[in-house]
Amino acid sequence: MTHHLILPLLIPLFTGILCLLAGDRRWLARSIALLGSTVGLGYAGFLLWTVWSRGLQVTALGSWPPPYGIVLVADLFSALMLAISALMGWVVLWFTFATLDPIRERVGFHALYQFLMVGVNGAFLAGDVFNLYVWFEVMLIASFGLMTLGGERGQLEGGLKYVVINLVSSTILIIAIGLLYGTFGTLNLADLVRLMSETQPPALLSALAMLFLTTFGIKAAVFPLFFWLPASYHTPPVAVTALFGGLLTKVGVYALYRVFTLLFVNQPVYIHDMLLLVAALTMSVGVLGAIAQNNVRRILSFHIISQIGYMIMGLGLFTVAGLAGGVFYVVHHIIVKTALLIIGGGVEHLNGTGQLHELGGQLRQRPVLAMLFLLAALSLAGVPPLSGFFSKLSLLTAAVAERQYAIAIISLLVSLLTLYSMTKIWNEVFWKAAPGSGAVPMPVGSEWGIVLPATILVTLSVLLGLAAGYGLDLSTTAATQLLDANTYLTAVPLP
Amino acid sequence: MENVIAVVIGVLFASGVYMILRRSIVKLLLGLMMLSHGANLLLFSMSGLRRGAPPLLGDRTARPMADPLPEALILTAIVIGFGITAFTLVLAFRVDQAVNGDNLDDMGSTDR
Repeated sequence: MTHHLILPLLIPLFTGILCLLAGDRRWLARSIALLGSTVGLGYAGFLLWTVWSRGLQVTALGSWPPPYGIVLVADLFSALMLAISALMGWVVLWFTFATLDPIRERVGFHALYQFLMVGVNGAFLAGDVFNLYVWFEVMLIASFGLMTLGGERGQLEGGLKYVVINLVSSTILIIAIGLLYGTFGTLNLADLVRLMSETQPPALLSALAMLFLTTFGIKAAVFPLFFWLPASYHTPPVAVTALFGGLLTKVGVYALYRVFTLLFVNQPVYIHDMLLLVAALTMSVGVLGAIAQNNVRRILSFHIISQIGYMIMGLGLFTVAGLAGGVFYVVHHIIVKTALLIIGGGVEHLNGTGQLHELGGQLRQRPVLAMLFLLAALSLAGVPPLSGFFSKLSLLTAAVAERQYAIAIISLLVSLLTLYSMTKIWNEVFWKAAPGSGAVPMPVGSEWGIVLPATILVTLSVLLGLAAGYGLDLSTTAATQLLDANTYLTAVPLP
Repeated sequence: MENVIAVVIGVLFASGVYMILRRSIVKLLLGLMMLSHGANLLLFSMSGLRRGAPPLLGDRTARPMADPLPEALILTAIVIGFGITAFTLVLAFRVDQAVNGDNLDDMGSTDR
């Protein structure tokens, strides 16, 4: 039993409170936020190393023994997600400094940013279903604030859709939790695993599984529950989109992985086929939606949906190789998608528009940014030797090994369409001549605040591709832990 | 007693969904509140409704024990719901100011 697992919650919480206290002093709020994020990143790295070398870490809060008290559990998947989200929080912070307007920074942006990280970290660590709900709510409330902070018309319209659909999803989650408690009398994940293995599956089990699939499906934006995402993600400031696009839907994916590897395993029997169907539809509808769009951030938003399909595919295959591919894909996706949103959002910020027909000539104007975009886009499409290639390859080999040829073929076709859609952004934004008079619009800030975080992320994607063996080792271990519920059960000391 | 609560939950959900499908923001928010009340009541009734039973673990008499956990859970859920309701009311006010009206059909300017 360790006690330091509470730190991923406390560090951003106190950083956020201090940011609030900094008030009007922008440089102070910035330094506090940067310091807090750096410490958080350091801890997340330490935790990843601890879990990798010593196995699962468990903290029972207030020393109340599980299943009565609240437990925080970090297995390798949680630790990996914690580390990668802490890294994104740190990197996007630099992007925030470069692009966010001073008014938003003064009215509590940094505090909300840190509170969002509290929620995200809490969701990754939660050892019981009700806490998962609570941390989701913390994350959501902070994200509501970030989404609507500034109060422009577009933000409010997008924010309203985002808020309403997420509230409906939270209501469904409460219903699911209520029924789960009524059926089993406990909400502790380890206790639920034990009870489910000991008792006959109750009649409500399919309904429960579908409720969890729906609520986390809305949060992860899977087909047909994704419509809130492209309606809202392009409306807030570019830094907020970069943060949301990398992190938020992936918390939903994490919850799906958690619930469908621990609780609903082959019960109901059709669940994995259903997940594969959902995955196929999500990836193809997402990419087709992206092709039809004409705004940089909307195209990238639809690609988030498409990529969620690949992660669900890993879960639907439900083998060590499939889950390992899925975990690897999540990590790769968070890095590359954040990079793309930083570059795309940066271009939008520098030119004052995200419409493809109003942009152009960026390759000549900003060659570094263009090269970074090209690398990130190729990685997203899955071109070797970048990280996207190896994550897709491992998912494909897992699908072929399971004789799921349909999903394998669909995922290949979707990759091709992803490449097409990325080429569209490349042609319109970077390659073609600047439209109209060709007058260079006044940049609203330095380009280096965009290049620096993007370079870090693209380098990471390249490194993850070059060191794919180590990445796969890590994700395979994470997948083995996910598949073997006993690892989880023995780590949490039940009476 | 459970049957009455079940009917109440059903009515809350039905009217909540109906209100969400209306076109005005205020009705949408009222619908959301009803849905969350319905969900809270459902959570509340999950351990069975008992009258006069103590919620204490130490009391090991023959009387049935009332389960305090769902009550703790809905307390949390109610507090969260309260905060979110406050937020959505302010949001509705600001949207009303920005869009100049509370017709949800007028809120598609970002979807084009």
